[in-house]
Amino acid sequence: MIPYDFDYYLPDTWQEAVDIFHSLKAEGKNPLYYGGGTEIISMARVGSIRPDAVIDIKKIPECQSFGTDGTKLIFGAALTLTTIRESGLYPLLSLAAGRIADHTIQCKLTLGGNLAGTIHYHETLLPLLLADATIHIANAQCIREVPICDVLNMNRKLNPGELILMASLNKRYAAYPYAHIKKTKAEKIGYPLVSVAALNAGGVLKLAASALCSFPFRFKDCLLTDARPAMDIVRELLADLPEPVLSDTEGSAAYRQFIFEKTAEKIITGFRNEASHA
Amino acid sequence: MLKLSGKTVITLNVNGSAHEVAVRPADTLLEVLRNRLGLTGTKIGCENGDCGACTVLVDGWPIKSCLMLAVEGVGRTITTIEGLSNTPVQNAFANFSAFQCGFCTPGFIMVCHSLLMHHPNPDDYTIESWLQSNICRCTSYQEISAAVRSLISADA
Repeated sequence: MIPYDFDYYLPDTWQEAVDIFHSLKAEGKNPLYYGGGTEIISMARVGSIRPDAVIDIKKIPECQSFGTDGTKLIFGAALTLTTIRESGLYPLLSLAAGRIADHTIQCKLTLGGNLAGTIHYHETLLPLLLADATIHIANAQCIREVPICDVLNMNRKLNPGELILMASLNKRYAAYPYAHIKKTKAEKIGYPLVSVAALNAGGVLKLAASALCSFPFRFKDCLLTDARPAMDIVRELLADLPEPVLSDTEGSAAYRQFIFEKTAEKIITGFRNEASHA
Repeated sequence: MLKLSGKTVITLNVNGSAHEVAVRPADTLLEVLRNRLGLTGTKIGCENGDCGACTVLVDGWPIKSCLMLAVEGVGRTITTIEGLSNTPVQNAFANFSAFQCGFCTPGFIMVCHSLLMHHPNPDDYTIESWLQSNICRCTSYQEISAAVRSLISADA
């Protein structure tokens, strides 16, 4: 039971959503955008947050957009992870979405919630970073379309009151060989010890990781086609980390790095084997 | 734009019937189903989305009702364990003794029913990934798995 009251808004347009957010803020209230709501409800129940209002974004057309538009794939912020997983529209995103929380929770979790929530793993971000996705963000004036790497890679640069509407990407990324491996401390369902997503874009390795550092990020691309051993490539990747490897109750830094090395090596070897058999 | 503030009467479609019920926006679907509609087959477990005891179907998909606001249920089709009388899944659970204390059973049955609706012939990976959403402290997992598989072979 959530032991206090809040107001519930269900806007029909992104303008209404952003307007009411700023109006409430101006009144000194604490509104939250509400997608799947799993994080908000669980945190509100234990008193970690106390919103005065939630603004449910599920009726906003842009947030429900989904499918192909010319050369683009579109994923609205209010899509559930189940919708994304079952569609297979961008297989790497489907795979990553299918490993977040459990299957039933995925029917409620939304793409926007996973990207913008406070739980720092943001695993759906990894495939979007690798595909150079564009993120469509509504603010009080307009919708701005910016490379997702500029806004959500490493430290987040969303301004207060901004609302993620959708992500779009070129559909060629859906055709590349892909891999996603999530390692947890013990159970299959759980927060990641490391979560690694990768694409083989014509011999170029695109790789991103969550839980290796305190935020998800994309590594610099590197060539898969040279003759170096896979572990040499992994060491090159690790030499350019944006911050020291994370150490917490899920795993020490040394253990996390070991798991990452083996995971990335497996992915690189897998891509090379696929290419040699093609 | 719809705005709900304080206690408001909403209409929920539950088990094929429209129910008018007064709720706070902060009320979860779980609380409303049990405390206002008397549908106590949906169990209160962890209230944190971990155990699956409160699972219901919303538009045919399993949802942990402790993590859904009741107001989100307006315009949706909600099914609780009371709405699934005499389904093949329930009979299979009985035939395979797929429960001990029975507390988790409604949640498991909702998930299994939805699984077979969406994937009539699921592979092992699909069965495992759907059933991982629920916890049985009596560890009846083998029997539950056998009950689900019995319905696949019957359909195959």
